[in-house]
Amino acid sequence: MWTRLALRIWTALVLAFLFAPILIIMLYAFNTSTIQSWPLPGFTFKWFPETWNDPEVRDALLLSIKAGLIATAIALVLGSAASFAVHRFRFFGREVVSFVVVLPLALPGIITGMALNSFFNFNGINLSLWTIVVGHATFCIVIVYNNVIARLRRTSSSLIEASMDLGAHGWTTFRTVTFPLLSTALVAGALLAFALSFDEVIVTTFTSGAQNTLPLWIFGAIRLGQRLPEVNVVVFFVVLFTVIPVTIAARLTGGGGVTRASAAAGQVAQKDE
Amino acid sequence: MASGTIQTSAPRGAGARISAALWRRPWVRAALLLTPPLAWFVFIYLASLGILLITAFWRINSFTTNIERVWNLGNFRTLLENATYRAIMLRTIGIAALVTVTDAVLALPFAYYMARVASRRAQTALFVGVLVPLWASYIARVYAWLLIFTHDGVLNWGLDKIGLGPVTLAYTNTAMWIVFSYLWLPFMILPVYAALERIPDSYLEASADLGARGGRTVAKVILPLALPGIVAGSIFTFSLTLGDFITPFLVGGTGSSFIGNVVYENVGVAGNIPFAAAFAIVPVVIMGLYLLGARRLGAFEAM
Amino acid sequence: MTRTGMGAGRWPALAALGAALILLTAACGGGTEGNGGGGGGGGAGQPPTANMAPPTSVGAGEGKLALIAWEGYVQPLWTKTFETKTGCDVSAKYAGSSDEMVTLMADGGGGQYDMVSASGDASLRLIYGGDVRPVNVDLIPDWKNFIPQLQSPPHNTIDGKHYGISLQWGPNTLMYNPQDFPTAPDSWSVIYDPKYKGKITVPDNPIQIADAALYLKATKPELGITDVYELTRPQLDAAVALLRQQQPLIRKYWGLASQEISMFKNGDAIIGASWPYQESILRSNGVPIASTIPKEGATGWADTWMMATNAPHPNCAYLWMQYISTAKAQALQATWYGETPANTKACPIMDQLDKGSCAVYHANAPASYFDSISFWKTPIADCGNGETNCMPYSEWQQAWTTEVTG
Repeated sequence: MWTRLALRIWTALVLAFLFAPILIIMLYAFNTSTIQSWPLPGFTFKWFPETWNDPEVRDALLLSIKAGLIATAIALVLGSAASFAVHRFRFFGREVVSFVVVLPLALPGIITGMALNSFFNFNGINLSLWTIVVGHATFCIVIVYNNVIARLRRTSSSLIEASMDLGAHGWTTFRTVTFPLLSTALVAGALLAFALSFDEVIVTTFTSGAQNTLPLWIFGAIRLGQRLPEVNVVVFFVVLFTVIPVTIAARLTGGGGVTRASAAAGQVAQKDE
Repeated sequence: MASGTIQTSAPRGAGARISAALWRRPWVRAALLLTPPLAWFVFIYLASLGILLITAFWRINSFTTNIERVWNLGNFRTLLENATYRAIMLRTIGIAALVTVTDAVLALPFAYYMARVASRRAQTALFVGVLVPLWASYIARVYAWLLIFTHDGVLNWGLDKIGLGPVTLAYTNTAMWIVFSYLWLPFMILPVYAALERIPDSYLEASADLGARGGRTVAKVILPLALPGIVAGSIFTFSLTLGDFITPFLVGGTGSSFIGNVVYENVGVAGNIPFAAAFAIVPVVIMGLYLLGARRLGAFEAM
Repeated sequence: MTRTGMGAGRWPALAALGAALILLTAACGGGTEGNGGGGGGGGAGQPPTANMAPPTSVGAGEGKLALIAWEGYVQPLWTKTFETKTGCDVSAKYAGSSDEMVTLMADGGGGQYDMVSASGDASLRLIYGGDVRPVNVDLIPDWKNFIPQLQSPPHNTIDGKHYGISLQWGPNTLMYNPQDFPTAPDSWSVIYDPKYKGKITVPDNPIQIADAALYLKATKPELGITDVYELTRPQLDAAVALLRQQQPLIRKYWGLASQEISMFKNGDAIIGASWPYQESILRSNGVPIASTIPKEGATGWADTWMMATNAPHPNCAYLWMQYISTAKAQALQATWYGETPANTKACPIMDQLDKGSCAVYHANAPASYFDSISFWKTPIADCGNGETNCMPYSEWQQAWTTEVTG
């Protein structure tokens, strides 16, 4: 009983830790001064229309969304393909593949960025939206791969076999059995991948040319220090807007009780594989 | 025994024939599935990593600053012989390790509560609580921390209110440690949560049946089963800290440079790519070894 | 985790992968790769683009202009008028240091960028690296209104060929909080004084070594420093030693102007080396602040708009040069940023925009003021007096990152 209370308090404290800076950011979107100091010197709404009307912000936001969507789409296709292959087949170099696929997330971003940058230079490829997409897709693939393979490991393969036994060929089975089982893992993977792409600054610094994604714009906006309230306004809205899709995704992929029971079943099933 | 109607009335179109053919040749399906992602990885990612690796063994001509493709170990020698670079490496690894431990400690009770104690609704709320901060810009969050740490900032204001003297946290390694722990905490919570969530209730019941009290169950059942999740999370916290240069730049003071700062300066600013590549290999080697160890501990399944 | 028989297959697979990579990279050409920037070029020899003939007239604008600039150099306050007048849509990539600009301009701007606002310590590297091309100053009417020292300065004019047009200039000042320093400090010694430990800030830039050299020039004449950018090994070592002594006193080496502004506003620093920009912003935010140029003098910077060798929009680039050198544009930028215009006719307009600003930013100062500033220039091995034992910039960078900032 005391442990429950202690756990509750700890959780609350960690949540406060996680959100205190977010609250500060949202508060300072109303800062009258462009320099951040405590306490808040004054309260104003003027940054909201100013940010909305700033073409640089709009262009950066648009580019971030575009790059994120394309990278996530590529990641969904390639990541699930790779996880299927690794999960279902025993092939030459399987261990290597599962090791290599983790690298883009496990190796620091600056290395991926540097490597891709020199790769593009080497091959005379101009830095553009597509090079940004390549950089992002590389680590987004890993996230989708991880999510899907984790889900594949937890689903019993007997469902697929049963479907085949009942006469459905490959594509129908995929469409009616496999895909629904994976859908929530894909959604969660896509959401996390998009989130990482949206806030990615290190790899993007090395793979973008004269374009700015939102994080790059923010990185530039902090130089002179006159744009910090605009940055806070942007974050204010991004945070508010993402609560909805994140809540939906959390509902889809959560459900502790269900998975705890099926985890036991899954582990038993896995031993049969 | 299958009923005759199901088998014989299945459509035998081209799609079904391809599907059947593929079923009989699993390696074709494997190849089809694997080739696009593998091609991406080998020809783009691994190839570029390879080029980077090789560049570390070259050098630049200090007069013309052109890269000379002369094989030599000069960059590595500089790395190891220069006291400052050694200090930078140790500092980076040290703080990365500290951050990992801090995050593991913070995450474990939180993830346990989230996975096993919280109601369905609370769980969703906690999930949202962990993921939403990832969407708030990294830089904006760091600046919020600067506001907390700065000399006339939130922390000292609060300390003053309760009668304690001001602390100098801004632009120190301690500040960096706190900010890093904050930034990567969600990446540690999620895998630990996934690992804890998968423990079947029956395990805990069995442990209680066998006479183990709370603490013993935690130590002997929960922690070992959570370990893959902790290790998976640590891959993120360790590597993200190892390669970061923005937080040291914004939050660090004198003597706070990380490997990432030296790499960034040598690439973007000094144009000494071979040296930057050599320095960048250090985290690659460290993470490579770390990953091999993590695989043994089953972290790859827990991610 | 299943342990299949594939364990044995792991190593051959890795080896195959490794071999493929090595083949891939070995197959890709030989020879040296170019890298923009001839830092240690020694000053001898012609710049690679010297024979690129500049145009004799300016054609129609191409509709776009891509600039690499110091933050604050491409503000809507003056670019909006330019965009409406010429139809050239301006986009800017901001750089925080000369080194960054040189790297961005690699390969003549890479076909992406048209112009760069390079300071004197970047311009020579760009010229000798072949990344910028000569411009025709006859096409820029306001050029003849520039102060004589900035019409053809050595940092952007070689053998009579202009590799850009001067823009603005300013000193690196000693900025302080007047609440802590009731009288203006009269010497740079104050930033080397342990009394202010933990409250001092200076720029995180290897060129800062020149500031230490400037101080030593006055306090240790036996070192024989004449030009603070032409330092022999012993002179460089002495400057670095001074900076190492200073290191424990420094709160933080500022890399961005905003960092210094934040430090002064929030009480983390009370004295330091700065640009007029920070003072201007702090003052407009009601922070008590002042600055001075101590008796030992000051280093400074003079910026040039240089044109990329592979500029994709050359006509818009010329239209920009014509516009940004007009008295009005110069005055707008000077008063907003806090620097001194190259155009002598900007002074009255500055006073219209911000009374007294012309004098504050020394826009009408006599030539002696200009001459008292040691403007940034790239340190090269050629000492300019027949000797070639001066330390090139790469040595400065090495010393700065390994011995000073660490």
